Amino acid sequence: MTATTKATPHYQGKRHRLDKPELLAPAGNLEKLKFAVHYGADAVYIGGQKYGLRSNADNFSFEEMKEGVEFANRYGAKVFVATNIYAHNEDIDGLEDYLKGLQEAGISAIIAADPIIIETAQRVAPKLEVHLSTQQSTLNWQAVQFWKEEGLPRVVLGRETSFAEIEEIKKHVDIEIEAFIHGAMCSSYSGRCVLSNHFTDRDSNRGGCCQSCRWKYDLFVDDAPLYGEGEDQFTMGSKDLCMIEYLPELIEVGVDSFKIEGRMKSIHYVATVVNAYRQAIDAYFADPEHFELKQEWVEEINKAANRPLNTGFFLDTPGAEDHIYEPEEKAAPYDFAGIVVAYDEQSGYATIQQRNHFKPGQEVEFVGPGGRFFKQTITELFDAEGQPLDAARHPLQHIRIRTNEPVKPMDMMRKKIGKK
Amino acid sequence: MAYKPELLTTAASMEELERLMEAGADAFVIGESRYGARLAGQFTLEMIADAVKLAKPRGVKIYAAINNLIDNAVIESLPAYVSGLAAASVDAIVFGDPAVLMAARANAPGMPLHWNAEMTSTNYATAEYWGRRGATRFVLARELNMEQIVDIKANTKLEIEVQVHGMTNIYHSKRSLVNSYMEHQEEPEKLADSGLERGLYVMEAERPDERFPIYEDEGGTHIMSSGDICILDTLQELLEIGVESLKIEGLMKPIEYNETVVRAYRKVIDAYTADPEGYEFQEEWLDEIRAVQDPKRELNYGFFFKEQVY
Repeated sequence: MTATTKATPHYQGKRHRLDKPELLAPAGNLEKLKFAVHYGADAVYIGGQKYGLRSNADNFSFEEMKEGVEFANRYGAKVFVATNIYAHNEDIDGLEDYLKGLQEAGISAIIAADPIIIETAQRVAPKLEVHLSTQQSTLNWQAVQFWKEEGLPRVVLGRETSFAEIEEIKKHVDIEIEAFIHGAMCSSYSGRCVLSNHFTDRDSNRGGCCQSCRWKYDLFVDDAPLYGEGEDQFTMGSKDLCMIEYLPELIEVGVDSFKIEGRMKSIHYVATVVNAYRQAIDAYFADPEHFELKQEWVEEINKAANRPLNTGFFLDTPGAEDHIYEPEEKAAPYDFAGIVVAYDEQSGYATIQQRNHFKPGQEVEFVGPGGRFFKQTITELFDAEGQPLDAARHPLQHIRIRTNEPVKPMDMMRKKIGKK
Repeated sequence: MAYKPELLTTAASMEELERLMEAGADAFVIGESRYGARLAGQFTLEMIADAVKLAKPRGVKIYAAINNLIDNAVIESLPAYVSGLAAASVDAIVFGDPAVLMAARANAPGMPLHWNAEMTSTNYATAEYWGRRGATRFVLARELNMEQIVDIKANTKLEIEVQVHGMTNIYHSKRSLVNSYMEHQEEPEKLADSGLERGLYVMEAERPDERFPIYEDEGGTHIMSSGDICILDTLQELLEIGVESLKIEGLMKPIEYNETVVRAYRKVIDAYTADPEGYEFQEEWLDEIRAVQDPKRELNYGFFFKEQVY
């Protein structure tokens, strides 16, 4: 085990985006950015140190942004930054410098809701495109027209728009439309919820959301709870969006950017979801006439899912079956176990960076971009020095195992939960 | 010119409008749910025109609410509605969607426009932004504290409106959440009415003293605050900085309650403006409100004296 492949991603050539919709993925940190891009995202959106709505996420420094942009550029991919808070007076100081910093770092676009951020970016950082955030809850073509006239090249629609409404908007206004196609959803109109402010003094519209909509409540009628103990309680919590089964419709209605939610999600989640949508979009464009949904894409998505899935507002207003009244169970029976960092063709041994406990006898799956996939049982483990191990216990430890098929750096290994 | 702040309120009916005018209200925001969100009651265009006729001779203003999040289906009828409001001589249109701004520019030029996006109207620069696009008034988010309000007032040329009394909306979904829940429980008939008048509320296990009203209408599901803002005893902090409009939200309150509240604020405003230097708050003004307040809903200062984190 001497010669190993270097852990550098291969340049895959610039993707043609003129005719294809953009696949836009979340990236909570630099590593997630690299995986999202490697697995096929045309663009990623990240959060910086300020002005973003995920104050609990890792978030990028300007240095990390530069590195992320450089990495993404090798794949012809773009990096957007979410500056989607509704600012308070005290947030205005420093905004100009921050936006200039983003431009300087090579960021392609910001995603903004507050007009002061939109206008300031247009003034001080003209190379940054400004995309209107879903936080503005834009639902109609006239408002889209307004933002176009304000100089915005793209609007992220409110999640409440249906296929028919998107069609109507596209008919009236020539502008890029971005729509969420996958991930967790606010059950409220985005931005129109201050439950966190009232329950915990945390400002939801500045990144402090504590997900109170997913808590359980008793519904009272005439001063008495409608249902007693043991019955399912009232909640506003929504199932997660998944539109993999409606890709042709999304493409044909003219959505320009397919957005996946989840800056707080794991590498495994982001890479798996991106991988499935990438394949589906590519398959459609290779032969639109004969496009068929492959069950393996759906299965892959289910392996990463955190909650039960639905189609949001695309077909109809969500109803009883679209909310989660029962206790939440982890939907996915799989856990992320490791990342391939190297592979030695002669010996057939892969070096895996440990991301979760695994050991001999366990059934694992290897997944790579483009749908590369195989299952195997782990036979034996060695550490970097070649010493045998009874289990991979230490996070980030490099472990060598024999793989049944060749693997590549940045392939993922996942294990079935519950199997010892 | 002497400072005369406006005492603005809502009305659920023509009767309430008349009685609150009598009690001392200077202005009303009314409308119908096709265009306006979380209205105390329904006023058709014709009723709005009647309200204007009633109010104008007494120097009282009528503002029409088009503060819904607008969807494509409503766009088509907006121009006619806006023209109708202009013909009815309303004193302003309240809006929160740029589509309304565009319709007003085209169909009611010169009409004063009040920017009201509820929880997202949070800074003075955004006020100025909408001001440059035609807004004449900025309705402040309820989740701001006094320091932020003072700062906004100092930094915008727009009139500002601050809610000083009543409940606030804390969550708005397009979904019919109460109906969905009843369907999930397979007893949709058990709760036939989930509307404004039904008196439903939700409670969270760790907050057993807080009742959050919830109701559904054609705009979806609305959840309201568990307490009522009441800053009567510190109103002078807003009067000292010259806030143009002070709003009493009358949603889900009986007329008698709103009358008492309007009278109390009228008294404070009149006492203050008559003699700002010599003004002193009288505790009994507040007692009148306390006497009619639902004991299950706390009177509080909202976010006026809160610090929030994020």
